[in-house]
Parts: sequence; C-alpha cells; structure tokens
Amino acid sequence: MLRKKECVAMLLAGGQGSRLYALTSNIAKPAVSFGSKYRIIDFPLSNCINSKIDTVGVLTQYQPLVLNEYVGNGQPWDLDRTFGGVHILSPYEAKTDTSWYKGTANAIYQNITFIKMYDPEYVLILSGDHIYKMDYNMMLNAHKETGADCTIACLKVPLKEASRFGILNTDENGKIYEFEEKPKNPKSDLASMGIYIFTASKLYKYLEEDDKDPSSDKDFGKNILPKMLAAGEKMYSYRFEGYWKDVGTIASLWEANMDLLGLTPNFELSDRENVIYSRSPLAPPAFVEGEVKNSIVATGSEIGGKIINSVIGSNCIVEKGAEVKDSVLMGNITVKKGAKIRYSIIDEDVTVCENAEIGGEKEVCAGMAGKTSGIAVLGRGITVGKNLKVPAGEIVDKDM
Amino acid sequence: MATTVGVIFSSINEEDIPELTKVRSTGAVPFGGRYRLVDFTLSNMVNSGITSVGMITKNNYHSLMEHLGSGKNWDLARKEGGLNLLPPYSGETETLYKNRLEALKGSMAFLRKAKEDFVVLADSDAIYKFDYSKVIEAHIKNNADITMVYHEHKVEGSHYYLTFETDKNDKITDIQINPQSDGIKKCYINVMVARTSFLLRLIQNAIQHGYTSFGRDILSPGVKTLNLYAYKFDGYYANISSLYSYFNANMDLLKSGVRNELFGDRSIYTKVNDSAPTKFSETASVKNSLIADGCLIEGTVENSVLFRGVKIGKGAVVKNCILMTDDIIGENCKLSYVISDKNSVIRDKSVLAGCEKYPYFINKGSLI
Repeated sequence: MLRKKECVAMLLAGGQGSRLYALTSNIAKPAVSFGSKYRIIDFPLSNCINSKIDTVGVLTQYQPLVLNEYVGNGQPWDLDRTFGGVHILSPYEAKTDTSWYKGTANAIYQNITFIKMYDPEYVLILSGDHIYKMDYNMMLNAHKETGADCTIACLKVPLKEASRFGILNTDENGKIYEFEEKPKNPKSDLASMGIYIFTASKLYKYLEEDDKDPSSDKDFGKNILPKMLAAGEKMYSYRFEGYWKDVGTIASLWEANMDLLGLTPNFELSDRENVIYSRSPLAPPAFVEGEVKNSIVATGSEIGGKIINSVIGSNCIVEKGAEVKDSVLMGNITVKKGAKIRYSIIDEDVTVCENAEIGGEKEVCAGMAGKTSGIAVLGRGITVGKNLKVPAGEIVDKDM
Repeated sequence: MATTVGVIFSSINEEDIPELTKVRSTGAVPFGGRYRLVDFTLSNMVNSGITSVGMITKNNYHSLMEHLGSGKNWDLARKEGGLNLLPPYSGETETLYKNRLEALKGSMAFLRKAKEDFVVLADSDAIYKFDYSKVIEAHIKNNADITMVYHEHKVEGSHYYLTFETDKNDKITDIQINPQSDGIKKCYINVMVARTSFLLRLIQNAIQHGYTSFGRDILSPGVKTLNLYAYKFDGYYANISSLYSYFNANMDLLKSGVRNELFGDRSIYTKVNDSAPTKFSETASVKNSLIADGCLIEGTVENSVLFRGVKIGKGAVVKNCILMTDDIIGENCKLSYVISDKNSVIRDKSVLAGCEKYPYFINKGSLI
C-alpha cells in the first residue's frame, strides 16, 4: 500500500508583522505570545490536529529561531509522526536557483516537493497570524461537495472595514465570480480569511505557471486567485461563522486578548472539545495573594498586587503594591512594588522597577492617534528603571 | 562520573493514606495543584543525572501509567535506558509481593540488565528536592556497602520508622525499627544507594535465606556485618504518611520559602496538560492560594490549593481546602478544611467543614 495523505496543510509563518513594532523585532509574528499561555501559531496548529489534518509544513523566513524552537518536533500538538507531522520549511539553497521566499505563492512553490512527498488530493493554505477555532474538515467537505478547484474561507466584516481585506463577490450558491484584493470601493462584505483549499493538481499547475511570469508578485491574493478565476476554474467561498481576529496590529492584538475575559467571553478558550494546545511551561500553579478581578492568569505566576481586566502570562511576578489594569503581560515579567501598568502590552522577559508608571488610563487613551491607538508597548527583555514613566501610546524597545 | 540507575517503589506505604490510594497507587496521588507524588522522586532522579529508572508497581497502577506515559515529560523516553515500568511478577508458587524485599526480587531482571555501577532506591511518598549524586559521592568516599539517607525530625506514631545512630564519620552504629521514644531522631527517608552488583547479591542471599524484611533481616544485622553509612539530607522534607501530613505538605506550598526550594528552578517535571489559563471573575477574591490552570473562580478562596479545572461558584467561600482536578463547588457553599478528590460536585449552599487535624475527605467522583 502506498502511503499518502488526503490533505496537507501549509502554514505561512514567514511574515515580519511590522505593524506589531517592538513585539516582532526579534521574533516572527506567529511566535508572538497570546492569551497568557499561547503563541499565535498554536491556533492554526491546534485547528489542524482538531480537524484530523496531521501533516503540516510551516514556512518560516523572518527571525525563525523562537518559532523553530517552539514548534520543535510538534509533540505538544500531537504532530510528532513517523509519516507526516509538522515540518519547519525554511528557504534553502538549490543547485539552479537560490532565493528567499518572494511571496506567499513562491513560498509554497519552493516547497512543492515537500507537498508531493505525501501525494495529497488537497492542499490547505493557512496563515499564522489569526486567532480563531475552525474545523478545516468541514471546509474540505464543502470543497469536495461543490467539486471546486479552490475554496476560500470567508466571513462577513463591517462594510467600512472591507477595504482592508480581499473581498469575494459570489453568487447565491457561494460560487465566486470576482475577487478583489483590498478594493477601494468594496462591492460586498465577504472578506477572505486567507485560508484556501486547493485541489492539489490545480495548485501545482498555477504555481508553476506563476513562477514563469516575471511580472507576478508571487502572491496568492494578487496573482494566483485572480488568474484561476480568469481561466474559469471553479472557485467557491466557504462561509465561516465564529470568532476570527487578525492580530496584525497592536490594537487588534490587545483587543483579541481582552476578548478572552469575562464569564461569557467573545472567544472561549476552555472548550474541551476543541482544545488549543501549546508548549506549556514547566511551572508550579499560580500563587495568588493579592487582588485579581476579571482577568486570566497562567501557571507559575506569583501575584501579590492588584490585577484588573488583564491577561497575565506564565511566570509573571506582580509584587505587593503593584497594579496592572487593562493590560497584557506576556510572560516572565516582573512588576516591582509601587509600579503601575495601565492600557499596555508588555512583551516577555521585561522588568518594571519600583514605582515606574507605564501607559495611561484606557478611558482617556483608547483610540489616541499614533501607531498603537494609545496602547503603551514594552519590547522583549527590557528593564524600565525606578520611578520612570512611559506615556500612553509609547513604544519602548530599549532599557530605560 | 559514576553511572547510576534508579528504582522507585511507587506502591509502598499505600495503607498509610487509604482514602487517597483506594483508587490509585501512592505515586499517583495528586499533589500541589498539578503534580503527583511520584513527580518529586522521579524528577530528583532525572536532575541527578539518572537516565534509567525502574518503577516498581503493584496494584491500581492505571493512573500511574497514564501519568507517566512513555516518560517523555521527564526526558525518559529513551532508546537506551529511560523509564521502565516493573509490574508485579508472580510465578507459580508466588503471590503478589507483600514487602519491599519481595518487590525488589521482582525487579532483579531489570537490575541485572542495568549497566550502571550504582543504584538509588527511593520511595514515592515524599516531597523534597535532592541531588542523589551527592550521596553517591559520599558512598564512594566512605567505601560503603550501603548508604542510607536520613532527615532529622520528630518521630510520629503511626508510620513504620527506621531510625539510626551514627558515629562522627557517619558510619551507622545502631538501627532501631519503630522506636518508642519521641523526640528528634535521624529518620531514614527510604532513599538508599549501593553498588548494583552488591544489591543483587544481597537480594539473592535474602531469597536463599527466606528473609522477608529488608529492615529487620538485612539492615539491622548489617550494622555489624556491613559497611553501612548515613547521609544527611537537610532540605525541606515532607513524608506523606497520613491524611493530616498530606494536608500539611500541601499547605506548606503556600510558604514562599518552600515553594522556592521545590520549584524555584522549575525542575520538578510532571505530565503536561492543555488546560486553558485560569479565569478570575469580577466577584473573585483569592488570598494566599495556589491555583492551577483551567479554573474558573467566582467566589472566595483563601489558604487553599486548587488543582486544574476547579470551579468555584459565586458567593462560595473556600478556606483551608485542597480541591482536586475538575471539582465543582456550587454557589454559596462554605467549605473549610476539606480535601476533595477529583471530579466531585458540591451542590449549591452546601456547608462542609473538617478541622485541621482531621480534614473532611470527599471521595473521587462524589456528588454532595
């Protein structure tokens, strides 16, 4: 019996995520911490295994060290397999042509040999910067039922935001007749989620053709999808209804974290049917001595101070007399006594010394002009000295 | 460097905590919010550079096996060595082992195959952090036959205790079994080091003589015939020999000194679960408590240890309690000095109270 896989997933994880500024200066966006004990990539990887897709290629390019180490052999996601499993695919040197991944389509094209090893009928293309839970298998079933060559997952977005996305114009059966990448005047509110299922043979054909086209940007949204549509291939939309968030900006990353809070949160993590797996840190349970309200706290943290409306990652120490409000603490952070953190995102391994003040009140600063909409950001590994102030909306990536 | 193999008794002293060992072996008793008792001894072995461990089991070892799996969480899923479960072996004339010596007899095949020079024997009913390689060093230096590790503390009544006297060079001069006198003693903590070949000869000899007790038939007379040495462990040590000591050892984790000693360098390994982080609601109030992942807290919790997935309803007040995995405490309940085993449900408005010496115990899967 020849061993093969019905569907292979390819996860695009090479992006820099430049709009996350200091948070991605040393690590790729999919490796950014989220929701106190996760990293963004946990969501697509967990979705894969929960959808019974056990072969995943992770395409990395930008600052891959943390991501590579985190994904490792894939064991936390049950993706350590003898046949299949998770594989990190970085750009490589070849005999004839050596290059970085030039675009999303080129990244997949350079790894066609990997996909062909599993001889799949279908290829699922994912991106590593969205927070959501989705059963890809249902999408695959829809792809088979319609007999499509390409199926694009989409969801309704407010019309005024539609111009940020790839917009699908479909007939009543979901068949796509027009695809517009970031249109100025969107005709519909159905946005592409950047999740595609291709019938493998069609994908190979269009990737190979696109590679020979010097004018192409080698991008799925800009080149491959419009070309397929123009050639009259069957393309269908797949409607997703559920929580989905692109966490490409500081404000959306903050919002997505806050969406976890509350008794009926916008996004529920403790769902035993669709567990989100992660490489859990080895730490004792959290020790709580202070006051914690409407917040989530991960293992290994020691909370002596006051935590309100916040997401606290693993191994954080918040000393007695310190206050954290409306903020995201990613992990391994020390907040010394008397320090105040408000409306901020603090990256891993940061120390905030005695009586330092970070950020401003959310009620005052939210929506402020600037890169971060008023959210103060402290980059990975820095120390903020005693009594110092970091104003609202400021991004700090050096010790101060 | 001397190579060492470890042997852990995962089922010994089960009768001391019948409430907790009814459904599992001693080593699998949940502890400290996310651990099982065996994690401490097993992690100590791994952190002492031991890469081959035999785990002697007896009955009810299903939850232990489920916890240990292939051993990968302790880095013991190896081609060479790694974790070996040693289920009880009974031949035609034998029944399930009744004592330590018979248990060891069952592990002889494992020890014979071991290439390591030294063996560490340890129980799984104690909470401590200890580098066994220091004992091996002392053992070699003293040219000892057996080195026994002790901790100085007060002798308690119920437990089977072995205490000893030593000379100024740590050579054991007298061994007492279950001493009647109270007071601080050098109490053997059931951690022993020997050369693997020597231990095998000792067991073989014991079988031939029909010995039944390691303490009475081998160690006690050994004071005169063997080179028995003592090694003092002076860190934090808690032996789980009653529900009361189980309760106290859990409560000790609320002291930052104990927590730092045991977990400061994050090297007590355990099975990893995928619970979501713990959620505190607007109405939550938590003081001096250890809270594992996956809990939902809407009520008041003080001086308590909460395992994974515990839910505390609105208006509930939980003080001085140990609540194990997936316990659900209803709204407006009042609990104090309660130890509740896994998967129990306490209905709304229940009032349950034990006292410090006799915590109120709730069986696994109860509905109250």
